[in-house]
Parts: sequence; C-alpha cells; structure tokens
Amino acid sequence: MPKTTTLGRVYVWEIPVRVYHWLNALCIVILCVTGYLIGAPIAIQRASEASFAYWFGKVRFIHFLFAYVFFFNFLFRLYWGWAGNRYASWRNFIPFRKRQWEEVKAVIAVDILQVDDQPIETIGHNAVAGFTYFFTFLAFLFQAITGFGLYAAMSKSWFPQLFAWIVPLMGGDFSVRQWHHVFMWFFILFSIVHVYLVFYHDYVEGRGEISSMGSGWKFIEKEYHPHMKEKTVAASKK
Amino acid sequence: MPTNSRPTIWEHAQDKGVSRRDFLAACAWMTALLGLPNESVAQVTKALETKPRIPVLWFHFQECTCCSESFIRSSHPGVADIILDKISLDYTETLMAASGKQAEDALHDTMTKYKGEYLMLVEGSIPTGANGVYCCIGGRTALDIAREAAAGAKALVAWGSCASNGCVQNAKPNPTKATPIHELISGVPIIKVPGCPPIAEVMTGTIVHLLTFDRIPQVDGLGRPKAFYSRRVHDTCYRRPNYDAGLFVNSFDDENAKRGYCLYKMGCRGPVTYNSCGVMRWNGGTSFPIQSGHGCIGCSEGNFWDNGPFYHHLPNFPGFGIETTADDLGLKLGAATLVGIGAHAISTNIRKHRLLKEERETSEVVQDGRAEQGGS
Ligand code: HEM
Ligand code: SF4
Ligand code: SF4
Repeated sequence: MPKTTTLGRVYVWEIPVRVYHWLNALCIVILCVTGYLIGAPIAIQRASEASFAYWFGKVRFIHFLFAYVFFFNFLFRLYWGWAGNRYASWRNFIPFRKRQWEEVKAVIAVDILQVDDQPIETIGHNAVAGFTYFFTFLAFLFQAITGFGLYAAMSKSWFPQLFAWIVPLMGGDFSVRQWHHVFMWFFILFSIVHVYLVFYHDYVEGRGEISSMGSGWKFIEKEYHPHMKEKTVAASKK
Repeated sequence: MPTNSRPTIWEHAQDKGVSRRDFLAACAWMTALLGLPNESVAQVTKALETKPRIPVLWFHFQECTCCSESFIRSSHPGVADIILDKISLDYTETLMAASGKQAEDALHDTMTKYKGEYLMLVEGSIPTGANGVYCCIGGRTALDIAREAAAGAKALVAWGSCASNGCVQNAKPNPTKATPIHELISGVPIIKVPGCPPIAEVMTGTIVHLLTFDRIPQVDGLGRPKAFYSRRVHDTCYRRPNYDAGLFVNSFDDENAKRGYCLYKMGCRGPVTYNSCGVMRWNGGTSFPIQSGHGCIGCSEGNFWDNGPFYHHLPNFPGFGIETTADDLGLKLGAATLVGIGAHAISTNIRKHRLLKEERETSEVVQDGRAEQGGS
C-alpha cells in the first residue's frame, strides 16, 4: 500500500510576478530575434531606392522599444523582491543561509545527478534555481548596461547617457557590441534549459509547476509542510 | 603689437611673406575646422595676431610616419603652411634639418627655456619590452625621452592610433610590448587624436584649438576631441539610408555593391568607429574608404587589428581560433544543451521510475480524500 498524500493549494506567484515573468519572456524573445537580425541582417535584393524602405530601421526600433520595456520591467522585479511575498523575496536568490546551501546540495543530488530521491520541500524557487536567477539578473543588468551604452551614441535622450561610461571601460563600442552579442547566447541557452526544467519539475513532482506561472497556485504535499495553513488546505478541498 | 620676445603668429606669417588676405582666409578655415560659427572668425584671428608661437616638440617613436604624412597634406595649403609655421616646431625627427648633436641641443634648449609652455606631440607607441630597447633615439629609450619631455609639457597630443591606443604595434602578440602613451605618462593633459592616420584637418583642427583658446579642447570619455570624434562614421555615412532600408552588399562583386548599398555585411566598422571620415573625408574632401566601396576597418578605434577579420561583422571569438564567431560557438553550445537535456530526460524516466509510479498511485488517494468530504 503506497503512502497517502494530501495536496494543499498554495498561492505562490502573485499577479505582479506573473506579469513580470511573461513580459520578460516576451521581451527576451523579441530582443533575441531582433538582436540576431541586427547582427546578421537578411540582405534583400531589391532595385528600389533606399528611401522607399525602412525595414532594418524598424527592426532596430523594435529592439530599442523592447529594450526599454525589458529594463523597466526588470527594475520593477527588483522592487518586488522587497515588496512582494516570501516567494518573491530577494532572499531566495542569494544563498546566505545554511539551509539554502543544504538545499543546493540536495537539489544537485536529486534533480541533476539523480542519485537520490529525497523530496525537495521548497514551495517557491529551490535554492539552485534561485541562485541561477541571481546570475540571470546579473546578465539582465549586463545586457541593459551594454545595450544602453551602445544606444547612448544614437540617442539624444538623457536616459541612455547614464550608461555611456561602459564604452570607455570596455575599450570602445566594438567590444561592447561583441559582448552584447555574446550574451544573447546566454539568454538563448538559459531559456532552453529553463523551459525544460519547468516541464521536468512538473512531471516529476506533480506540483503544477507549469500552470503556476499562469494561475499563481502550486500544489504542495501536506506532510512536508505540516504548518501549512488549514485555509489553504481547505481551499483545495472546496 | 605685443612686446613679447617671441614673435606672434601673425608677425611670423608676415615674415614668411603671407599676405593679410591669405592670413584671414586661413583664420576662417581654422574657425570652420573647429566647428565654430562664423562670428568666431574674429576671435580666432585675434588670437593668432596676439599670441606668440607655441614651441612644439614632435616625437616619433614606434610609428610609420603616416600621421606626419597626413598632417603635411592638410587640404588648404595656407592652413598647412601657417600651422607648420606658426607652431615653432623645435624638434621633429622627420622634418627638421638638424641632426645629431644639433638636434639634441635644440630639444634640450626648448625643454629648459620653455618649461611648462611647450606642446608635446607624440607619434607612435612606446615599447616597454626588454627595457624599451626596441625604440631608442640618441641612445635613450623612447620611454625615457617621453617621461622627461612630458614633465615640462603644457599638454600632450597623442597623434594617431599608435600613440592613442597602440595600433598595429600592440596587436597580439605584441612582441615589443608597445604601449599607448596615456598608460605610461601622467600629470599632463593628454589629447588623443586616433586614426591610422588621423585626418589632416582633424590634426590641424586640434592644434588650432590649442593655439586659439590656450586650453585643451573638450574631450569625450576616451580623451578624444569631441569636435571630431563625437559621431560614428556610421552616423555621417552617405550610405546610411541603405542601412536603414536593409539594402546590403553581400559580396564585393554583386549587383548591390555596384548600386552602392551599405557595406555592413562586408564587415564595415562604421557603426562602432568614432571619426570624421563621413564629413571631412580624405585628401581635401575627395573621398573616404566607404565612398570607394570598402568598409571602414575602424582604424581610429582601440584594438582594431585584433578585432578581425575586417570583412566579417562578428570577430573571431577570443581563444577559439580563427573563423570561430560567437554565433558558431553559441550554436554548438545550444546543440550540446539539447543533447544534455535529452540525456537528462531519459535518465529521469529511468532513475525516477519508482517515484513516478508511486505518485501515480497516490494520486487516487487524494481523490478519495475529496470524495470523503463532499461525495462526488
Ligand atoms: C535580452 C536582452 C538582449 C539581447 C539578447 C540583445 C541582443 C542583441 C544582439 C544580438 C545585437 C546585435 C549585436 C551585433 O552583432 O552587432 C544587439 C544590438 C543592439 N542592442 Fe541588444 N539585446 C538585448 C537587450 C538590449 C537592451 C536592454 C538594449 C538597450 C538599449 C539594447 C540595445 C542594443 C543596441 C543599441 C544594439 C546595436 C544596434 C545597432 O547599432 O544598430 N539591447 N542586441
Ligand atoms: S557603409 Fe558602414 S558606415 Fe556606412 S551605413 Fe553602412 S555600416 Fe554604416
Ligand atoms: S573610414 Fe574607418 S578605417 Fe577608414 S579612415 Fe575612417 S575611421 Fe579609419
């Protein structure tokens, strides 16, 4: 007779986190596609005069437009790391505490090396995921600084000028641009692994990982969290 | 007329037989070079009438003399002459008549007599490998000479890419440890005038600014005069509408090349290169590389030799050999990631088999729990 499990519904991702997540995903997809095109434009063979077309200009415009959305959305998420619930808290992203390091070890053994089956009990981000997101935040920052640094030369607005210092620091536009390009690959590789792992967790743990970023709810085994509020458990039973 | 012992620039020009008309024309040219409005012609003229000639020491270290060649070909002959005349070029290896001891004496005279007043122009990088023996003049290393001269200089102008960022001499593997001047000298204002060579008018413009206003021009984050280096070649390129329209040359012999489309895909460095080529052009405004169908190679930007190949937009990724770009590498990493994920997915189904089975079975229990509650 297998042991019985009672699942409780926990509201993990609040609306601002979910909106941030999908806006961010949209921005990254658009920035990667337009960025790639900026680096390797499709050359159309056309006899018409340049003044009748503007497609490359449009691609760049879309890149810059979503660059702004991406950056301010990111800033908002940083703010929500203080204002949001415990699962959104900035503390999840940096393993300061011993418990977090123990969980890092456990996640590596259970999910990556798969030499162990002990349950990982965290409800929000597990410690490895959280720490990975810390690095993606650094990558966001890097991409925004290099991007706006490059953009400063093409813009009269004061905002991109705030990032102009990166150009002399990195030795010139050329290397800023190259590293900006290289980091696109970080975003692509991250996205592949991220999407896979979401499916993996949903499949193995059955806690509703995939739908949680739509609904906000996860389904957590009650025995791991006996302190789970009755209200949430009751909610699951209707 | 000022009672200064040194003649003013105008006095000196008169001695050389320059007419008032030519002098004023040159002043107007210089005003234009500085990017100043018409009203400033009077200011420039006044400055040149009243200011004594600045003593100048022009050093040649690890260089090819292309900067000097460019300079003496300033488009307006009057400007070139007057500038050469109106600075008092007390020492310059390639143009002075003196040699040997006479030359060294001239150098020392200026350094002692005009301490704190002379202008130091440096063409070429300075080798620091093997204690600097790769470049010695009069038995002394370039570094030694530069340090001594810089100590008494009013300002230092780094001519060309060699002095500003090292140029070809400090391209990998940089056997002589060629170093741009700003990394070796401090305590004196340094103005960088990069380019291989810099455009003649940019060079004269920088000097004229120093002469006219007696202070260094406004410079950008990398120390280059903003008047000439604040815009990218790309921003002033006449092919730019093709870029925005997405009309690109695909190979140097295609139809698009004939039509004069944008050279971006041929590796043009215009979008990352700060210089005045698109506006001032070369040889008296005749043409510039892009106008003759070749992309910009970024000659005024640091590291431009190592950012190759010149004919590809993306450079080789450092450490992965030639012809490997970030995109090649990214694609390989992407493929490796997919393989890794596939392996992990298979492993999951094998190693977590028991767990998954258990979960499927326990799921019914939850439904039972709910059934107990309300009855379905
Ligand atoms: C997910 C984030 C981003 C990705 C993946 C990305 C990707 C790219 C790529 C691949 C390029 C082409 C580089 C080349 O080969 O020349 C590019 C260009 C550029 N990106 Fe981004 N980018 C991102 C975010 C940003 C942000 C936040 C900005 C801020 C304004 C920005 C501004 C620029 C600029 C100014 C260029 C040069 C465009 C031009 O000169 O025409 N990017 N980007
Ligand atoms: S040819 Fe070069 S500088 Fe001119 S528009 Fe094209 S990329 Fe820019
Ligand atoms: S177009 Fe580019 S490579 Fe050519 S001279 Fe100007 S800056 Fe140098």
